[in-house]
Amino acid sequence: MSTTTKSASPPGLQKPPGADPPPPPTARSGWRRTLRRDWQLYSLAVLPLLFFLVFRYLPMIGNVIAFRRFEPGGSIFGEQWVGLRYVEMFLSDPTFWQVFRNTLWLGGLTLVFCFPIPIVLALLLNEVRRRSLKRFVQSVSYLPHFLSIVIVAGITMQMLATEGPVNHVLGWFGHDPIRFIQEPEWFRTIYVGSEIWQTAGWGTILYLAALTTIDEDLYEAARIDGANRWQQTWHVTLPGIRPTMITLLILNVGTFLAVGFEKVLLLYNPLTYPTADVIPTYLYRTGVESSSFSYAAAIGLFEAIIGLVLITSANTLSRRTVGTSLW
Amino acid sequence: MVKPSRSYRVFQGVNGVVLTLVVLVTLYPFVNIIARSFSGERQIRAGEVALWPQGFNLTTYKIVFEDAMFWRNYGNTVLYTVVATAVAMVLTTCYAYVLSKRHLKGRTALVGIAVFTMFFTGGLIPNYVLITSLGLKNSVWAIALPNAISVFNLLVMKAFFESLPTELEEAAQIDGLSTYGVLLRIVLPLSKAVVATMVLFYSVSFWNSWFSAFLYMDKSELMPVTVYLRNLISGATTGGNAGAADAQLSQVGANIQAVTIVLTSLPILCVYPFVQRYFVSGVMLGAVKG
Repeated sequence: MSTTTKSASPPGLQKPPGADPPPPPTARSGWRRTLRRDWQLYSLAVLPLLFFLVFRYLPMIGNVIAFRRFEPGGSIFGEQWVGLRYVEMFLSDPTFWQVFRNTLWLGGLTLVFCFPIPIVLALLLNEVRRRSLKRFVQSVSYLPHFLSIVIVAGITMQMLATEGPVNHVLGWFGHDPIRFIQEPEWFRTIYVGSEIWQTAGWGTILYLAALTTIDEDLYEAARIDGANRWQQTWHVTLPGIRPTMITLLILNVGTFLAVGFEKVLLLYNPLTYPTADVIPTYLYRTGVESSSFSYAAAIGLFEAIIGLVLITSANTLSRRTVGTSLW
Repeated sequence: MVKPSRSYRVFQGVNGVVLTLVVLVTLYPFVNIIARSFSGERQIRAGEVALWPQGFNLTTYKIVFEDAMFWRNYGNTVLYTVVATAVAMVLTTCYAYVLSKRHLKGRTALVGIAVFTMFFTGGLIPNYVLITSLGLKNSVWAIALPNAISVFNLLVMKAFFESLPTELEEAAQIDGLSTYGVLLRIVLPLSKAVVATMVLFYSVSFWNSWFSAFLYMDKSELMPVTVYLRNLISGATTGGNAGAADAQLSQVGANIQAVTIVLTSLPILCVYPFVQRYFVSGVMLGAVKG
């Protein structure tokens, strides 16, 4: 099986010890010695580096087509410079601003609901005294995480179908069936709801791990000081899991605009575009379906840069204020 | 435990109720879908199916089982998962091993090259253009190669390799084993646990993936089963269901979706109880490092 992978690169690349890591200008003889000793290690890095170069960094550079005219079948870096034409185009495109707003809404709602719920769930699980019960709840709540997003979308649609369980319950209260999947005003609720269903349980893992590292003595001390359960949670437990909370918050903020693209793609339809269409789905349709590659690349680049700015500023902000950061 | 106060006991009760609700809400959709998959179309349409099949029949299962495209796509899923996981394991293991060598010059740069891609990616369109112009469309490589290294998995493996005692490797090296020999004969046998975890991580993610195939495959006979299901739920008319078309039209619709959902998630549901703890421990390992 390993031979199949190696066919991806010419065999000549197997051991060129001089090629891979960018050597600093100084300490040349040091490098020579290092290479003599470690060339076998470096050779193991060749294929992975080739992977990163071709499938990660080349597409980053490929974003130049946002500023160049691109022809299908031509160079992947486009044909000629057109400056900011495509950027101006999407900035003056009303549909772009609509999907931008939708993205902010979906991303914001996801952050507001899907970030705190795992924390609450983890705290509740932490109070369970019977270990077998705790384990059972954990196992069950992790399960949806392992299913394909297509299955989650399928299940969501089945649950919300006009003859599905949700409408059945509405029927008990004398409510007429709602065509959830076709109604734009329901899309955000459906999206966030299915996101909670799928991710809340799995999201507790890191918090539960952090909870086990909190020193029992701190609780003991708090009890001696007369703290009740609630005060213990507030003054001992929450500060104990704060680094985890901050880390996940930074990550969540960084992926804010990259809302669950695949899930939206599976759940939306032209009827719900007014609320459901987001930046990634819009650029998918313009780029892949309508072949406006440069235009879509411009939007994608815009989104990626905002993402990078968001995660960097969230990181800096949290390092300055609470002293926890990713890097 | 001095005094389990009254309010705390109340809290425990409420907590129990809340967690029971969590379990029920999580499980109910599964139970309902399974019940639907065995139910008659009329009963489903009437909204009578809740926890138990109504109008029990296996007609829909028969329809799906007789659809050659379903099996074809299921086979594709297996093939893509195996190939992509194998490629991913080779590349990830090699790179993680290199990154785990603290003495290695340029190691920081090598880590940086990988980690940066977690925060900034080329995006959908340049990737699509690249895969197309490399001529990878309609081949398993379009799925396997672009996803060959997950940086998270890479860091988990790196952390594990770093935790191994270095004495064994040094001894083997003195005995004349090359770096490759050390990796294959000393390090990997010691790393069975993490290798198993990584194989699970990768294979589940490839098994579940659909978008790469949806994007890069043009023919329905090349699709994995997830795309088969996707076409069903989005109501797209594929040639694949022609067999089901005339005879039992009344059975299709919602019911056939339920059956396909059950059959697609079945492998995951079957192995889940046994492998769950590996996932948890893998994520922990990654979290400590990342």
